[in-house]
Amino acid sequence: MLQKTRLLATVAAAGLVWACGGGGDAGGDGDAGDAGGETAAPVVDPATAGAISGLIAFEGEAPAAERIDMAEEPECDDAYPGDGALTQHALVSSDGMLGNVFVYVKEGLGAGFPTPSQPAVLDQENCRYHPHIVGLQVDQPLLIRNSDPILHNINTQPSINRGFNISQPQAGMETTRDFGMAEVMIPVKCDVHGWMSAFVGVVDHPYFAVSRGDGAFSLPNLPPGDYVVEAWHELFGTQTANVTVGEGATAEVSFTFNAGMARNAVVPLGDPLIIKHAEDGSLTAVREPADD
Amino acid sequence: MAGGSGFRFARCALGMRSLLASLRGLRIVAAALAARIPGAAWSMPLPVGLSRVRWMGVMIAVLVALLPPARLAPAQDAASGEAIYRAWCLECHGAEGRGDGPAATHMLPRPRDFVGARYQIRTTASGELPTDDDLMRVMRDGLPGTAMPGWPNLSDQEKRDVVAYIKSFSPFFERETPEVLQRSADPGGGADRALAGREVYGTLECARCHGEQGRGDGRSAPTLEDWRGFPVRAADLSEPWLFNGGMGADAIHTRFLTGVDGTPMPSNQDALEAGVVTEEDLWDLAHYVAGLGPAEAPELEEVVRVERREQLPDGPADEAWDDLPRFYFPLVGQIVEPPRQFSPTVDGVWVQGVHDGAELALRVEWHDPSNSPDPGWQEWQDKIAGALYSDESAIPVEPLPDLLALQFPMTFSDGRGRPYFLMGEGRNPVYLWLWHSRRGAVEGRATGLGTAEVVDSGAGLTASAEWEAGRWRVVFRRPLAAADDGMLSFSEGAPIPIAFFAWDGSSGETGTRGSISAWYFIGLQPPPSNAVFMAPLVAFLVTGGLGMFAVRRAQKSYRG
Repeated sequence: MLQKTRLLATVAAAGLVWACGGGGDAGGDGDAGDAGGETAAPVVDPATAGAISGLIAFEGEAPAAERIDMAEEPECDDAYPGDGALTQHALVSSDGMLGNVFVYVKEGLGAGFPTPSQPAVLDQENCRYHPHIVGLQVDQPLLIRNSDPILHNINTQPSINRGFNISQPQAGMETTRDFGMAEVMIPVKCDVHGWMSAFVGVVDHPYFAVSRGDGAFSLPNLPPGDYVVEAWHELFGTQTANVTVGEGATAEVSFTFNAGMARNAVVPLGDPLIIKHAEDGSLTAVREPADD
Repeated sequence: MAGGSGFRFARCALGMRSLLASLRGLRIVAAALAARIPGAAWSMPLPVGLSRVRWMGVMIAVLVALLPPARLAPAQDAASGEAIYRAWCLECHGAEGRGDGPAATHMLPRPRDFVGARYQIRTTASGELPTDDDLMRVMRDGLPGTAMPGWPNLSDQEKRDVVAYIKSFSPFFERETPEVLQRSADPGGGADRALAGREVYGTLECARCHGEQGRGDGRSAPTLEDWRGFPVRAADLSEPWLFNGGMGADAIHTRFLTGVDGTPMPSNQDALEAGVVTEEDLWDLAHYVAGLGPAEAPELEEVVRVERREQLPDGPADEAWDDLPRFYFPLVGQIVEPPRQFSPTVDGVWVQGVHDGAELALRVEWHDPSNSPDPGWQEWQDKIAGALYSDESAIPVEPLPDLLALQFPMTFSDGRGRPYFLMGEGRNPVYLWLWHSRRGAVEGRATGLGTAEVVDSGAGLTASAEWEAGRWRVVFRRPLAAADDGMLSFSEGAPIPIAFFAWDGSSGETGTRGSISAWYFIGLQPPPSNAVFMAPLVAFLVTGGLGMFAVRRAQKSYRG
């Protein structure tokens, strides 16, 4: 009973490029792992393809990690000896680099990138989501797995896509869903364990990544052109940069976040959402801060 | 749109200002609550295996089949819907349909945001839009347990127009056509399956939120939030008449599979498809949950019958209480005087009474998922304060106790002249039994909200209390006679007015913020007297005599 959200534009786009095949690794793997993005889109000429790579730095004092009280779930609590489980909202390395930043090409790409058939994976293990930040493409399967022998519920809270909330009461249970529209980011939470949180970034092309623990990211195999790249962090908000990728060149771009940006962080859920219809049939969504 | 009293009431129920103005006595609200409680109209005998909702479905299907085709799907007129929306819906749901009307900040759960279009009560899969029928059902029946009433003043066509209009707020409806989720039929067995259902309650870990006894007191309950970050209660499964989606195993089964979108309640459809639970399991569970509460909403009776017994029960858990009748009284938020509470925790009390000719014992029972003050609920208390109290006076920051006040008239002679239900007034004070979750009970006197002071009737009031799995049970005991002439003595025969005021500390309820009832009565059963035996004897003799007389006359006239 998987109900798929369809978007006219993406359906049309998928149809256009279906014959080209494709696919490949997309989606982050590991808590701050390099999120794929190396899909070989046949529309990209390998002879001229370039790349964007860079670092995410952090200035100032990062918010201290707090201990999560998992005493109510001994199965999970036992997995974190010593200091116990700590919050990981701000993953700052000893040399001031920021992990778990979702970086993606926001503007400058055409449509028509193939949809990978290989799923991105969101695992629940020891009462945490792995990875914390997942990236995937529109209509790409998201495999949600429960590796814990206890109940989790997966409550997705998108604004542009339809949010679902399902139970996974048993270890090994897997569910596959997808999102029909691009949306950065979709919060995911478990209501049984209030500390569990993940974010899913859905884009309509393969050029996205999650910064690793050392702050590094890369977006390979990009056609030459002018792009707007956005970096998103759950506490420190978003930043954009204009980047030009030359033929066969790797453009460097770096972002610096600081603790003072925290107040501009995650847009509160429930802010009014305006969905705009463009003439080409695509839809974009804008959130307006609530009056109060 | 025509007038009429029902019409006017419905309007003021949503127009907060007019509601306040019209609220001279809470009886109106209590009556409306009672009227909204489903039950009475559903009491027809049902064929075996057909639950109520499905039976209604059959009836609706038959009715629809009898209608001429042209009336099957009348056109929906969003423009007409807009006019109706502006008259009736805007106050809560807002001009733009974002659930942010002028009255919205008083409500938890908040009014539906038609733009985000996350609908709780659907027959479709989690993440899907509701069908038109789903929306029509909510407009017809309302959402029990919330501020959303049914709309009997609107015709079906008007409701359909409103449905068309509220759908126009969200582009989702342009893109998708919702489909009803196919569910298996109830395999039957009904209540006999409830025991097996208890196992499934464990497998799916329902108790994590809903608690072991289903009273919404599970470990995760204090942390639950809706999709907009507002605190949301785990449903109290023992009060099914307040289920948003309606009571009965069929409605409950539907919620298992559709989930309650926008809340923490997940869909179990995937667990079913993965084989973690079977179709049978979910029906067993539905019957188990249905059996946690009464099959019908409790009926409102005016008078607590206080029976006379040789011996009074010992404490709140004494089994002797089980033999005594229970009386249910609905409570609603105190919204007459600021600071107000529109979305209180305590929605009703169960009362039992017994006396032995010298002493009166009353057991008051109510559901409250927190035994306050409880640091585990501090975050909840802060969130409730932020969601509901920000526009009025000081927001409580300390962990607060649970409280209960029983109001009586200060003195009482003939059953009339009850004091003002909000703690009395200057010339007509109330006599109080004030109970505090950590300090026990004292007697009090008040001449209006916030004026309670401790007094002593000299009679000696005692209370013993027990909180267990989301339920308070408090037993009050006091000698019938007060030592002081100016204080209420309880006498047999004439009913004595009683009203209730309850506070849930963990929801920041204190002072004027709490829930309140209208005036009801307690009636003490008089001792058995000679009259009890004489009256039937006299009746027997008179009837017998008249009978003999009639027979004789008939015989006479026959012979003659």
